[in-house]
Amino acid sequence: MVEHIHSDGEEPAVTLDAFLSQSNATAVRLEPDEDARALIPHLDRLALIEVAFPKFRDGRGYSSARILREAGYAGELRAQGDVLVDQIAYMKRCGFDTFAPEKALNPADVEAALARWPEHYQGAADGAVPIWKLRHG
Amino acid sequence: MYKYDEYDHAMVDARVAEFSDQVRRRLAGEITEDQFKPLRLMNGLYLQLHAYMLRVAVPYGTLDSRQMRMLAHIARKYDRDYGHFTTRQNIQYNWIKLEDAPAILEDLASVEMHAIQTSGNCIRNISSDQWAGAAADEITDPRPWAELLRQWSSFHPEFSYLPRKFKIAVIAADEDRAAMRLHDIGIQIVEKDGQHGAAFYVGGGMGRTPMIAPLIKDFVPLDDMLSYAEACLRVYNRYGRRDNIYKARIKILIHELGADEYRRQVEEEFKHVKSLGIDPPKAEFDRIAAQFAPPPLDASAPDAIDRSDPDFAVWVDQNVAAHKAPGHAIVNISLKPIGGIPGDASSAQIDLMADLAEKYSHDELRVTHAQNIVLPHVRKADLYAVWQALDAAGLATPNLDLISDIIACPGLDYCSLANARSIPVAQKIATRFSDLGRQKELGELKLKISGCINACGHHHAGHIGILGVDRKGTENYQLSLGGSGAEDVSLGTITGPGFDEDGVVDAIERVTDKYLAERTEGERFVDTFRRVGMAPFKEAIYG
Repeated sequence: MVEHIHSDGEEPAVTLDAFLSQSNATAVRLEPDEDARALIPHLDRLALIEVAFPKFRDGRGYSSARILREAGYAGELRAQGDVLVDQIAYMKRCGFDTFAPEKALNPADVEAALARWPEHYQGAADGAVPIWKLRHG
Repeated sequence: MYKYDEYDHAMVDARVAEFSDQVRRRLAGEITEDQFKPLRLMNGLYLQLHAYMLRVAVPYGTLDSRQMRMLAHIARKYDRDYGHFTTRQNIQYNWIKLEDAPAILEDLASVEMHAIQTSGNCIRNISSDQWAGAAADEITDPRPWAELLRQWSSFHPEFSYLPRKFKIAVIAADEDRAAMRLHDIGIQIVEKDGQHGAAFYVGGGMGRTPMIAPLIKDFVPLDDMLSYAEACLRVYNRYGRRDNIYKARIKILIHELGADEYRRQVEEEFKHVKSLGIDPPKAEFDRIAAQFAPPPLDASAPDAIDRSDPDFAVWVDQNVAAHKAPGHAIVNISLKPIGGIPGDASSAQIDLMADLAEKYSHDELRVTHAQNIVLPHVRKADLYAVWQALDAAGLATPNLDLISDIIACPGLDYCSLANARSIPVAQKIATRFSDLGRQKELGELKLKISGCINACGHHHAGHIGILGVDRKGTENYQLSLGGSGAEDVSLGTITGPGFDEDGVVDAIERVTDKYLAERTEGERFVDTFRRVGMAPFKEAIYG
């Protein structure tokens, strides 16, 4: 189940630089130009990684998310910022499990967007079985 | 030809439903034009000067007659009774209403077609050799490889908001009929130790900074191809420039990093990506390849052609190419009548080409990047009947690869990006050189016109290229010489100061006269240019 609104009162996410130098934080925020792989040695003590989307057209965060999931990150992976309903299905495929849009999304549109695709052509970070595998068992 | 199975149908249907909903939300004002723009672009819908333009995907340029007839139907029902075939082997319609777009996409889906990813900053429709499956010189049919890439790149969740558009071409012959090395990724299927694999050329492109793609990997086995492509794209998605739209294509990244450093990063990413299990098994390739099996050609088809009609013989010599099977030929239908609009075809002409494909070409047609149509599998004994039907429809212009077989972008007549008109210049050049004897005397001469720096008309790759620019409010045309999009790929060099519309036609005439004076036996225009260099041509043009 995808959560659309993050809870209040959680530990604030620190910047990547702050995280790498201060060490006990469990939540970090990753900007589009920051290297997700810098977090790989620390994934087991992170509970939240917030990936920033200052502009929805900037697709670097999709790669950041996949890299983190491919490295085994199992905690919360949140898309924050200019997150629009027409992008969330792809975000979910890349491994995001929560969304913190700057402008609230219409819940009915969110439901429709996440239920839109019957199958997927390619493997990604959501565990979906790609169509080629369905074809060949 | 590839036939959709239940999965392919379900995916395209889902996309039509998704886009219908997006159009509804846009018309209701629930999303802004800025938010809607990338969505409509990824469904092939551009906003042009006068109306919306819809670009329909023709994967690797291959169509059957039922699909071709649907293209005619759309032109008739939703547009102004014609369509425009493009340099990406697609077709576009220039007068579309936004509210009609969902219905058009439904019509297309009914014949296994769509407009998915024909625009936008995503992986575009995959292009290929228009003679695939028929060419005497190919080592295999490249289309199964292209279809694998089509499925992998369709609705790719990670690569739909790239820094800029991304174009892939796949060929399988040494003769490059698809401008392969002028693509973001150009793939040539090659053979090594009895196995076929993909040579990856990455970082080519035209636009304002034309580049020829360097070889990044000489042999990627089939089993690794999608992982390798994924690694190439991931490096680009992460590190391609996003600060300047004119520097955002992958060619700039590779130019700035250097091919060696880009390759190192890709190889490192590939090692990781390969462990994810994203490559389909050989059985999937075989399933696709079986659908591209050669058509049941007539093994006893006679090889002789009755050339007694001289007009027919002229057309055969210019527009018909060798087929791999005896008794058969490849028919190239020129969409470049003298004085016409390059690449345009009326609904009636599209229907006629569909009929001919059904009757004479095993139900197959191709669109070429030079904006022509191909009937790939025609019995030589049927050529005369095909020619007569084409001739009656104004489709038998015998000018393939001659100076009047011009590639031209839509230019300022349609395009909101253009600085100058392309179509009238193409028409004037074709009219000036309308004498067929003169054209044949000049031989192979690829002339390409772009109406702005984005180079949709491939002017950098023209033996003669023309670029329309805006100079203090008036249209001005720069001339360049010596480009090629073929296996002898090269980028043209600008001659000097530009010209007005009539001036550029005069300048081309001086260039071609100079070529005739300078050439040695068997030299094409571009060969002579490469041998003697710019100076004699410059002198001929500017005195």
